[in-house]
Amino acid sequence: MNPARKRTVRLVVALSAAVVLATALIYTSFSAASPALTPSQLVREAQPGRSYELTGTVAKGSVHREGAVLRFAVEDRVGGTAIPLSYTGVVPDPFREGREVIVNVEKQGGRYIGENNSLITKCPSKYKTAPPSENQNS
Amino acid sequence: MAGLGFACLVLALVVCAYGIGASLYGVRSGRVEFSESGRRSVYALAGILTVAMVVLEIAFLGNDFAFNTVADTSSRTTPALYRAAAVWSSQEGSLLLWAWLMSLWSSLALFLTRKRMRDVAAYATAILLGFGGFFVGLMVFYANPFATTHPVPPEGVGLDPLLRFPTMMIHPPMLYSGYTLCTIPFAFGMGALLARRVDADWIKAIRRFAFAAWLFLGIGILLGALWSYSELGWGGYWGWDAVENASLMPWLTGTAFLHSLMIQEKRGMLKVWNVSLVLATGTLAIMGTFLVRSGVLNSIHAFGGHTLGVPFVCLIALMIAGSIYLVVSRRDMLRSQHRLDSLISRESIFLANNLVLVGLCFVIFWGTYFPLISEAFTGQEASVGPPWFDRYTVPLALILVLLSGIGPVIAWRRATLANARRNFLIPLGAALGMLLVLEIGGVTQKPLASAMFCCAAFVFGSIGQEFFRGTRARRAMAGERAPLALLALVRRNRRRYGGYIVHIGIAVLFVGVAASSSFQHASQLGLSPGQSTRVGAYEIRYVRPTATVTPKYDAAHTGSTLNLGAVLDVTKHGRHVATLNPSEGFYASEEASQGTVGSLIGGQPVSHVALDVGLTRNVWTAIEPDIEAPALKRIVTDGNSTLPPEEAVVAIAYLARAYLQHPPQAQFNFLVSPLVMWIWIGGLIVFGGALIALWPAPSTVRRRVAARSRARAVRGLARA
Repeated sequence: MNPARKRTVRLVVALSAAVVLATALIYTSFSAASPALTPSQLVREAQPGRSYELTGTVAKGSVHREGAVLRFAVEDRVGGTAIPLSYTGVVPDPFREGREVIVNVEKQGGRYIGENNSLITKCPSKYKTAPPSENQNS
Repeated sequence: MAGLGFACLVLALVVCAYGIGASLYGVRSGRVEFSESGRRSVYALAGILTVAMVVLEIAFLGNDFAFNTVADTSSRTTPALYRAAAVWSSQEGSLLLWAWLMSLWSSLALFLTRKRMRDVAAYATAILLGFGGFFVGLMVFYANPFATTHPVPPEGVGLDPLLRFPTMMIHPPMLYSGYTLCTIPFAFGMGALLARRVDADWIKAIRRFAFAAWLFLGIGILLGALWSYSELGWGGYWGWDAVENASLMPWLTGTAFLHSLMIQEKRGMLKVWNVSLVLATGTLAIMGTFLVRSGVLNSIHAFGGHTLGVPFVCLIALMIAGSIYLVVSRRDMLRSQHRLDSLISRESIFLANNLVLVGLCFVIFWGTYFPLISEAFTGQEASVGPPWFDRYTVPLALILVLLSGIGPVIAWRRATLANARRNFLIPLGAALGMLLVLEIGGVTQKPLASAMFCCAAFVFGSIGQEFFRGTRARRAMAGERAPLALLALVRRNRRRYGGYIVHIGIAVLFVGVAASSSFQHASQLGLSPGQSTRVGAYEIRYVRPTATVTPKYDAAHTGSTLNLGAVLDVTKHGRHVATLNPSEGFYASEEASQGTVGSLIGGQPVSHVALDVGLTRNVWTAIEPDIEAPALKRIVTDGNSTLPPEEAVVAIAYLARAYLQHPPQAQFNFLVSPLVMWIWIGGLIVFGGALIALWPAPSTVRRRVAARSRARAVRGLARA
């Protein structure tokens, strides 16, 4: 085989390997991903046994601890549908009522279970508690 | 003061606009004095932004709550050290930090290249000032750090307690130095393409800056991991969070570039690849900065409530379009001077390392931006979790560590069988020896971790062999003693041996990662005083509760009002190991609705993790005391209804005593992680190796000095 041809063959082999790997990556990312849903969407769409990423705010007055289990409800940002959860695992420091959280949940029977250690708290306005309107451009 | 600060910003914007015009006109018309003037405007920008930074620092240290940023992120109760660091905890302040660091590093880069490559440097000046102008423009038009309010609030909100951690002082400046340093190779790469001078000169000029960018980003990433491990109450150092990933991506492409540039220097190959890597690194650095600010992705780190997304997307689109256009239009100039001779050569190992690094970057990119990609394709936002990342990154990391052992010892151009036998016998022996040790020790149940240990042993073998051979050769040649010969060896070839030390550090770091993630024992449970639990080989007993009250305006330590914790006794096989005191700090909030007592402890609680650090394992403990227990809650509600604000702290003292007398069950989080210390030790080794490689070689300094004195002598002779 002459060198030029050899190089072309190598290039084709390398490129097709890259394409195969990239396809695998893309395929698995779509199948392994958990859809991000709001509580009202979750109520409509949830199928038992599948994992969902639930985003919303912690409902006021819903947080109770029972031993290692933390019970709280997640509601839509605008209020309304609230989903009660039981969760075990690490609770991030910023977790409190009214804060935005992201938690992976699974529907088991009629109840929603938070996946172990999946709770993330988001500070909607980072590192400040003042209303956001105040720091625009004034 | 605020007026002075804002005036600085406006002036900075004018300087940027002038500098861009001057350097472009200078290089286009060939009038050097204009490009000189353009370069000087970068120095001027650095000076002006330094003044702005000082103004803001003074405002923070002096509690000038007329400044919105000060009122929002600082307070009198925030200790002075953290007030100084609070400057960059707000969106506005961090933009200023970014622009300021960029102007400083650009000034250094342009100063060092002032006598070389005038045309490339002039274009680079314009591009760097473009970045400067962009960030200053953001501050002037969207997020002014010097905005003020009237009337002046009596007290600020305070720095988020989570950020009251010593590395907060250095983590953001390090990370931002890394990001801003990434823009320097980008600017020079663009400059070289624009000036059509794509030889190895521009690469030589920015090599050090690319390396420094890599180093600072690496330090920033590791400090972030350390913060996560020792301040956030979950005990992990890496969570594949979007913002973590954003800083890792330019680091990966930067690593790839640092390797492939050696091939361009030695063999004149891979020019397109190198310039693309540099441009990608710069673009990824800006994307990383953007990700934190836009709120497009869910992250615990993201700044929210701001709309800097559109300008950033425009900038990034411009960077990508410009990069692609320039690389495509200059492709004829970027032809390789040589071809790859053999697949078994150092060039191809470097190429493989590059492909793995870029592959890793692609995986992380895809996973990080997957929520956006998924929404674009399926209309449904979805995200991938850490298991998905691990599935791809773990094997790639294994290959990477293995390659870092092969690269240094394989021959350039074409490796022969004899060469392979000579160089790979010892490393392979080390890897097999490690496998044997693991087999005998009975720790092979985690195949991926075992594979990582063997790869690391391979690296230690191959690099150890290089050091040994080099030292032996010097001893034979110069007759020096072994330690002296080793020192001389490193000193004469700083870049090479510094690089080897970096490889060792990376291998050590990955050993720490593999061991601590695969063989960790974790336990989460509620305990009452006197009860105990087993975690791995350790017995942890909750001895007694602790409680400390800090008066509101005592700015000691981190400024919490109340600390509830526990004394834990850690034993192993009945022998005392350590006494640990994890606690949780409760901070004051500004919400009046929580009542006079409630607001003293109503802020965000923060875990104070207690660690027993060891070379073989860390015992990590955190506590979550039940402050909502009925007896404690009653004290707060009673106090709220009876106590005026100035006496509210009495109720807190009462609450602390009640907690000590009748402690409710507390939640604990225990981790025993083997070898986790080695992640930080590996990081330090990398740092040391990188410093050795970055330090100017004494020979070149001496040569420069010698040349200067020779020139002086010649001039003297001519005059005589």
